[in-house]
Amino acid sequence: MAHRNGLKPVERALRIAAALLSSQYAYMLEYRAEIALWALSGVLPLIMLAVWQGSAGAAAAGLNPQGLGRYFLAAFVVRQFSVVWLIHVFEEDALQGKLSPQLLQPLQPLWRYLAAHVAEQATRVPFVALMLAAVLVLKPGLLWLPSAGQLLLGIVAIQAAFVLRFLLQTLVAMLCFWSERAAALDRLLLIPYLFLSGLVAPLESFPPAVRRLAECTPFPAMVSFPAKLLAGESVDVAGGFLNLALWCAVLFPLSRLLWQAGVRRYSAMGA
Amino acid sequence: MSQPIVHAEGLSKSFRVADKQPGLAGTMRHLLRRSYREVEAVRDLRFAIQPGEIVGFLGPNGAGKTTTLKMLSGLIHPSAGRVEVAGCLPQRRQERFLQQITLVMGNRQQLIWDLPPLDSLRVNAAVYGIDPTEAKRRIHELAEMLELGEELQRPVRKLSLGQRMKAELLAALLHQPSVLFLDEPTLGLDVNAQARVRDFLADYNRRTGATVLLTSHYMGDITALCERVLLIHQGRLFHDGSLDALTSRLAPCREVRLELRQVHPREAFEGFGTIEVHQGHQVRLVIPREQLTQQVGLLLSRFEVVDLEVSDPPIEELIGGLFRQQG
Repeated sequence: MAHRNGLKPVERALRIAAALLSSQYAYMLEYRAEIALWALSGVLPLIMLAVWQGSAGAAAAGLNPQGLGRYFLAAFVVRQFSVVWLIHVFEEDALQGKLSPQLLQPLQPLWRYLAAHVAEQATRVPFVALMLAAVLVLKPGLLWLPSAGQLLLGIVAIQAAFVLRFLLQTLVAMLCFWSERAAALDRLLLIPYLFLSGLVAPLESFPPAVRRLAECTPFPAMVSFPAKLLAGESVDVAGGFLNLALWCAVLFPLSRLLWQAGVRRYSAMGA
Repeated sequence: MSQPIVHAEGLSKSFRVADKQPGLAGTMRHLLRRSYREVEAVRDLRFAIQPGEIVGFLGPNGAGKTTTLKMLSGLIHPSAGRVEVAGCLPQRRQERFLQQITLVMGNRQQLIWDLPPLDSLRVNAAVYGIDPTEAKRRIHELAEMLELGEELQRPVRKLSLGQRMKAELLAALLHQPSVLFLDEPTLGLDVNAQARVRDFLADYNRRTGATVLLTSHYMGDITALCERVLLIHQGRLFHDGSLDALTSRLAPCREVRLELRQVHPREAFEGFGTIEVHQGHQVRLVIPREQLTQQVGLLLSRFEVVDLEVSDPPIEELIGGLFRQQG
């Protein structure tokens, strides 16, 4: 069906996406220095790389030092391009009423936040490239060139991991409609994310029971799977993507339900 | 008469607010056993607005004006009653409804702070499904009416308050809404900027036939734009009619200023009305409306009058007086 102004839905959606992404990219460029600092603050996998390479733990866990190095480097890239900060901006917007003008436009407000995240990722690219180059100058042995297929699958997996993280944080962000300090809950989620995603240590190094527990959560799909894929490790590609898709399929309707209930409450409380 | 474009019937809104006593004891009690009370922000409002009308919405702070505007625009759900705007139930926020309305709040902004307004306008055009060529034409037309030029290419943060409000209006009107809800659109603007916004709104209404419901603390906005006002106090509708009718209702007396050729003693004016000022050649009297013609005739026959002016007390004073009386 054509829109009131004569545009087809797909054409309109593409125009909205282009306008949102270009304006958000321009906005993020205004904050490039801050984004560079954020990128710098995401060096945890590189620190873990240094820690693990200096210990006998890697060998004990049956990991090859070069593979371990590549894994952490890939985890660094995954982390950089799947950062989600929705909760912090959404909490401010909901509490200060900045959400109201967005609710009066014929566009689900979460699309704006999603576009802002994607634009922020694009702004990060040169900073991450510089940081990677610096690591590879210091440790040339870690350099590897993934095949075109690996790279493509890796990028898709990173973006899927980002969507999963975005959906998970959407659930938490929706709690802003009920609590004034929902961001605190996100800090609570940071602990399982750090440990169970494979960011601090590869899942292979975990005791079997902990590993099984981790695999029952969405966290390994957020770092471990895309990082292994990018690093060229043997990984169940179809299983990994299916896992990502399943988690997204669970979280998407939940976030929709919470959004609807939350907006009803926001409207009841005074918007 | 055509179908009203805005129709409120028994519209009410109450909020549950936490009741907390000050001090440590109050904090502990609140922690262990929270108590709440219902605050009725709006009670049983009934009014209808015809297409093309410009209606002023008056009332002191906390009277329920913004709450009503938010209910009319679909931002908050009524606790009771029914509201219909442009044939839609606002709280459903259907696309058909959102395409027809706009809400401008003087203390809120929709423009992206660090980017020029044109970037936000481009997003708005896409969101409302406006063709880029048509969007360009509308931006040009509205910018001309608002006297905006290169300001549209400067980051919003670098604009003056007046320029920013004009850009906000442009963004809010790009989709050509037929119903405008304006909450303090001239808030904080200087006298010149206020006048320009008023002129623009009058012009926009003339050109497009849009319906406007406007709240403002500046009576100048209301007197310049609105033939009809809704006066709301403590959540209830106090008056629905013309400003003149409101003045007559609130001011049963009129003010008569006299400039006399000769000085007369104060006692000479007793019996004409209440003497407000008696200072040399200047006299100011307050006379009940029903006696006005007779008393002015007597004054003219008894004294040598150089100048005479009959006026209503300023509407701000009348409304302020009403609110003070009713607490």
